[in-house]
Amino acid sequence: FLYHDYCVLGAGPAGLQAAYFLQRAGRDYVVFERSHAPGSFFAIYPRHRKLISINKRHTGKSNGEFNLRHDWNSLLSHDPRLLFRRYSRQFFPHADAMVRYLEDFAALLELRVRYNTAIVHVTLDKDPQAWNGHYFVLTDQNRQNYKCSCLLVATGTWVPNVVNFPGSEYVEGYETVSINPEDFAGQTVLILGRGNSAFETAENILGVTNFIHMVSRSRVRLSWATHYVGDLRAINNGLLDTYQLKSLDGLLEGDLEDLAIVKDKKGKLHITLRFYLENRNTSAGFDSITLPQDELDNFATRAPYDRVIRCLGWKFDFSIYNRSLRMMPGRGNKNKYPQIKPSYESRGTRGLFVLGTASHSVDFRKSAGGFIHGFRYTTRAVHRLLENRHHGVPWPSTVYPITQLTNSIIKRVNEASGLYQMFSVLADIILLRENATAFEYLEEYPVGVLAELETQTGRNAPDGLFVVIMEYGRNFSGADKDVFYYNRAVGEAQHAWQSNFLHPVIYYYKHLPTEREMRLRPPDWPLPRPDAIHHIVEDFLTDWTAPNAHILPLRRFLENCLSTDLRNFFAESCFLFALTRQKLPPFCQQGYLRMQGLAGSERLRRHAVEAGLLEDYAVTDFSGDKLPDGRQGSRDQLLKDHVIPVRPLQHLVNAKDE
Amino acid sequence: MSAQKDRWVSSFSFLLFCASFIPTLGSASLLQELSPQEYFSSLQAGRSSLAYFSHNVSPGAQPFLEQIENSVEALQDYGISVVKVNCPKEDVSRYCGKENVLRKAYLFRGNMLIREFPTDALFDVNSIVANVLFALLFNEVKYVETLTDLQNIENALKGKSNMVFAYVAATGTAEHRAVMEVAFVYGTVHQFVLTTEATLLKDTGSDEPDTSSAQLLFCHCQQATDVAQPCRRTPMEQDLTVLNIHRHLKLMGAPLVTEVAEDPEKVSTVHLQLGLPLVFILSQKETYEADRRTAEFLAWQLLGKAGVALLSRDLVDLNILLRSNVALKTPDEGVPIKYLVLEDTDEVITLVEDNSKVKQIQEDEEEEEEDEDEKGNDNQDVQDDQVVEAVSRDKKRELPLEQILTLTEETFHSAMLETSQTVVLFYASWEAVSLAVLQSYTEVADHLKGAQGVLLSRVNCWDWPGVCTTENVTQFPTIKIYKKGEQPVIYNGMLGTEELTSFIMLSQVSCPLKLATIDEAEGYLRGELPSELSSYHHTSVLGVFSTAMSKAREAFVEAGSILSGYVTMGMYFEDDALALSRKYAVSPPALLLARSRDWSVEGIALSKQSAQDIVQMIRYELMDIFPEITVQNLPHYLQLRKPFLILFSDGDIGQLESKEMLKLAKGIPQQAFVSCWLNLKNTPVGHGVLKAYFATMPSLPVLVWVNLHAGGQVFKFPSDQSITEMNILSWLERLKAGLEIPSSTLSEEDWKPPLPAYNFLQMMDTTVPESTLRTSYHHADRQEQQQPEGSEEKASVREELPEEAGVKAEKVQSPGRDLRGTAPRLAGREKQAKRHSEL
Repeated sequence: FLYHDYCVLGAGPAGLQAAYFLQRAGRDYVVFERSHAPGSFFAIYPRHRKLISINKRHTGKSNGEFNLRHDWNSLLSHDPRLLFRRYSRQFFPHADAMVRYLEDFAALLELRVRYNTAIVHVTLDKDPQAWNGHYFVLTDQNRQNYKCSCLLVATGTWVPNVVNFPGSEYVEGYETVSINPEDFAGQTVLILGRGNSAFETAENILGVTNFIHMVSRSRVRLSWATHYVGDLRAINNGLLDTYQLKSLDGLLEGDLEDLAIVKDKKGKLHITLRFYLENRNTSAGFDSITLPQDELDNFATRAPYDRVIRCLGWKFDFSIYNRSLRMMPGRGNKNKYPQIKPSYESRGTRGLFVLGTASHSVDFRKSAGGFIHGFRYTTRAVHRLLENRHHGVPWPSTVYPITQLTNSIIKRVNEASGLYQMFSVLADIILLRENATAFEYLEEYPVGVLAELETQTGRNAPDGLFVVIMEYGRNFSGADKDVFYYNRAVGEAQHAWQSNFLHPVIYYYKHLPTEREMRLRPPDWPLPRPDAIHHIVEDFLTDWTAPNAHILPLRRFLENCLSTDLRNFFAESCFLFALTRQKLPPFCQQGYLRMQGLAGSERLRRHAVEAGLLEDYAVTDFSGDKLPDGRQGSRDQLLKDHVIPVRPLQHLVNAKDE
Repeated sequence: MSAQKDRWVSSFSFLLFCASFIPTLGSASLLQELSPQEYFSSLQAGRSSLAYFSHNVSPGAQPFLEQIENSVEALQDYGISVVKVNCPKEDVSRYCGKENVLRKAYLFRGNMLIREFPTDALFDVNSIVANVLFALLFNEVKYVETLTDLQNIENALKGKSNMVFAYVAATGTAEHRAVMEVAFVYGTVHQFVLTTEATLLKDTGSDEPDTSSAQLLFCHCQQATDVAQPCRRTPMEQDLTVLNIHRHLKLMGAPLVTEVAEDPEKVSTVHLQLGLPLVFILSQKETYEADRRTAEFLAWQLLGKAGVALLSRDLVDLNILLRSNVALKTPDEGVPIKYLVLEDTDEVITLVEDNSKVKQIQEDEEEEEEDEDEKGNDNQDVQDDQVVEAVSRDKKRELPLEQILTLTEETFHSAMLETSQTVVLFYASWEAVSLAVLQSYTEVADHLKGAQGVLLSRVNCWDWPGVCTTENVTQFPTIKIYKKGEQPVIYNGMLGTEELTSFIMLSQVSCPLKLATIDEAEGYLRGELPSELSSYHHTSVLGVFSTAMSKAREAFVEAGSILSGYVTMGMYFEDDALALSRKYAVSPPALLLARSRDWSVEGIALSKQSAQDIVQMIRYELMDIFPEITVQNLPHYLQLRKPFLILFSDGDIGQLESKEMLKLAKGIPQQAFVSCWLNLKNTPVGHGVLKAYFATMPSLPVLVWVNLHAGGQVFKFPSDQSITEMNILSWLERLKAGLEIPSSTLSEEDWKPPLPAYNFLQMMDTTVPESTLRTSYHHADRQEQQQPEGSEEKASVREELPEEAGVKAEKVQSPGRDLRGTAPRLAGREKQAKRHSEL
């Protein structure tokens, strides 16, 4: 037996990402890779070699964290050389660049990967001493055994989905189909499937075929309508164009299970229904087969095809796990993924975590957990959970005074990439401490296990918490939704809850939600009903730093949750409060009283006076005939009154409408 | 089936009924229209009616008719009906036949004509009501034109009943109407007298009668017995409105002095009920008669402003100062009764008047606040953070940042190596406090222009979060000073130009500075060394150690590293250290303090020897005995958590006072309080402090005792005493004994959110489910009808929907808001999705 604390299966992006964090934490780990190099999937796929994950090299900003929001290919590391923009100049890069990148990632960071080691069997060895009550025993193709305390499965989904129907032997698979358009010249092609691989295949041969038909059970889901990157991307949708512009190509909906394909004497492929075949005399030849057009002479797919290509995607390889691990496929459309909890731990086996694409059941068709730009963050989250569980390293956090509350939220929602990519899945958690005079900030925690926060992170939430998360409008995304309708954008902060585009949402809970509350949360809600909620209004530039539209409403929300006053004050105001009131606002208490007051330049002081937010005692006439408005509470007067309302520029705020 | 039919019929007839009834009902409620016969037969004895005769509506009479219609309701309250009589064309009877019939209205009581009004006297509702009531209350309200008439009436009333005398600028005004309406109620109780002659006011006691505004005086004639003397008069100070007059009359009717024999907290009188304060004269058996006279005298003075009660202390057990002689109870609930020691009745009157002014302002404010509430917290989106607002008002100005090096993730580390001392401001360009500090930072750069070996730089953490994280910057802004080969120092001082400049300069010199010769040490104590700092006024601290005291020295060095930048520290430990310290009457280890104001040197034995203790000690010693308190230094003294004795002065304090205060300060046992002074010229915000302490600005200088950390009471040193140590000490004794009454108490209020937040949860609850249901249902309906039509039609359906959704939403939210209705619209489309025909 070779023993390691952590075994990682697969040296793809997720496996390498996990290895990186284990390595940085100084953990005992090994990665098993059946190929001779990392990223073997990308060596073949996508067949037409164009990645559809964007490689935005310029954003106009230098903030590295922010730029990761628009870099969907890089893995997380401390090494600035390992940014994908150094590997490709193309917006949709060539897949070979990804292979090179992963090779460099493993090599430069000196990750411990055992290549040419295919794990063919995984079983459990019960042992009460083990971290999880059992060890994982892995067997490779050479019958070599390995033992691990914790198993991280990052094998992706690589087993092609196949449908079996009469005549499916005539179908070519996406894995092997020719990628040379010349091979399709003058042919009539039927493609099974409606995902990106199907459209990518069609795109490649669109110009040379007679026509292409595309059949699948479900209707096409456009990613710009669903806001899900796994749905049909605009870069691949040339066939939609030619279909709708009556150029012979077409899309059909039908259940593949009902299909049958028969070959005629000329080698042409005809579509018929399984139903007809079941009733016929098996010995008779092609002519005896009933075709739908015999009964319905305008049957859509009556034209014979030269080729039928299957592009139905992939599923997880369940075959290597012993039954005792209870690796079960998910239900419904998630059956290509193993069942896991929102903490990415297998439902069947403690200590087995699924990472990467295979972990997508958590947010399938919602967020980005099945893609590099999403799972690089969920992998980090899993690593942090494991650090806490097995090594007593609590979830990293920073403690701030309460005066920094608004700032720390604004900073994160403006730059954090994990929140942005893994919207509705990963959230920042703010734990209030010491009667809300301070707070602890935890980044990118999986909200699905919010109820278990204290045990999963090693941090306590005695005084309530905020959850900072990003969301699309509840009814905005979805197949068939018109996402370009007029007035889709909300411009005013008071209507922020109706924002449609991705925007920050802050939930406030007086107590950590329980598991029951998590279970009973409203449908479509990532979290249970909070005690208060705040939406920061969507922004065309995703820049949520506007003092009045973004920061002010947020501050009011936080103030009202905490029942305090979070305004900033110049030292002069703090001086007045210190001598005329028994209590001070937090800003004065934590700044001025500690001799860190904000003096402010004369110019700013003047602005504040003009705004009516600071009284200028130097020029006031105090001859005494003034009415005594200086009694208790005049401070409020001074701060409330004379405010000149600034009306928002309606037409500019809503630039997105046009 | 038949039942249903019946229902149909009945509801139909009900509809018909409504349709036919509404117009008549409408006009009946406004203005009766009758024919002359109908009108004259309807007149009942004792009932008054105002009639207007017309042939057909002539265009000129239209505005008058409108006013008549408007006043119907007001007149109805007084049992007066208003009738428009339609004269038949051929009618030439008494009223219909007159030529100028169209320009007159007639007031009847029963069928007797009381008065004819020309229509131009009835120009609006006020004039109609005023004139009609004036005519009807002919006896109750006497109109006078001359002083003699007035005096005759007054004399006739003496000993019998009181008189209400009103002056209005003209009849038919709103004030006139108010007087008449009150007279309708009180006419039998008091005699009302009305005039429009301003000359009559001259005799009423007011020196300069303001003839532009109406006035009302209550003449106490009932008690007047002396025919020669005019009746006492109490003017009403408020505007002439029905409510105010009514209130005034009620107050005049209340007993002059109420005698009380119960807990004053439980007492309630007409005055309190009407929102006026109640003054208690605390009486004792021995002084009862005199107190009663005082009370009566006061009551006359305060008539209409406050009530006066006589409280016998012998009957009620009060837990109050024995010296207290007056108590004030305000109508506001929850405000405790104030017990006071007052010298004469004038003070009581001032007290009440101040109280009412404050109240007036409060009311105004409350009204304003109510207005705000009505507007639905429209201020929520108005910036009320002074720093954020000031910074955003300045955002268009480009800061002069040439002196400050901009660092990036790439250049940061190399820059740290180039200069011996680099100051770095870590900030976020979107954050207001950061930008405010950046402004001060440019001023620092200006001050330090040309200073050798100091580099000012900045890192925008919004652009370069990586370097901020590695430099452990978790808050904005953070200022750090990097010195070659040393740990960076975080600046913890005041974020202001002067403080930061001085910190940077002081940081340049090693702390403590090792001095080699006794001459150097002396020079250091004179502020000549280190020469770089000679222009910065500061207190120098010199540690003197003998060669053997290495432990104490180490602690001192450690203390120096903590205080570096804030304090200049020197250290001398040569062989002749003993000689140096002897000169200042201490023996090593010792601290020698040289204060910059006079360079006098003070020697202090260094008894405790841990670094923290030394830091504490130095910080403590650096505080002045009798400091001038400023915005900058207050926090240092607040840390002592002691009461403050502050002498507020407009400019420098006088020598005499200064001497006495210093004497006092030096004599304070165990630093029981902080004695200090505040120069309002240097610290104008001190005016704000005084305004908070005292309702009116006291004459300066004023000495104030503030229990800042215990109870928050503010006491004012009596202005008639001179500020001497003796006087102050005895005053403080009285304070301690609880013999003095605080001028005010500092608010204990918590800092609550200044305004509410948007309640999105509630908006979601109320808007989403309902409107989703409604609009989707609606939409499906329309789809059914319009299915065969083209996509253009669909688009138009879509355009129509939001209006309905908007109407719905407006009910939920405050009106007038522009709801974009995005969610309802989307919800509407969900149904549409289902109609998509599949292949």
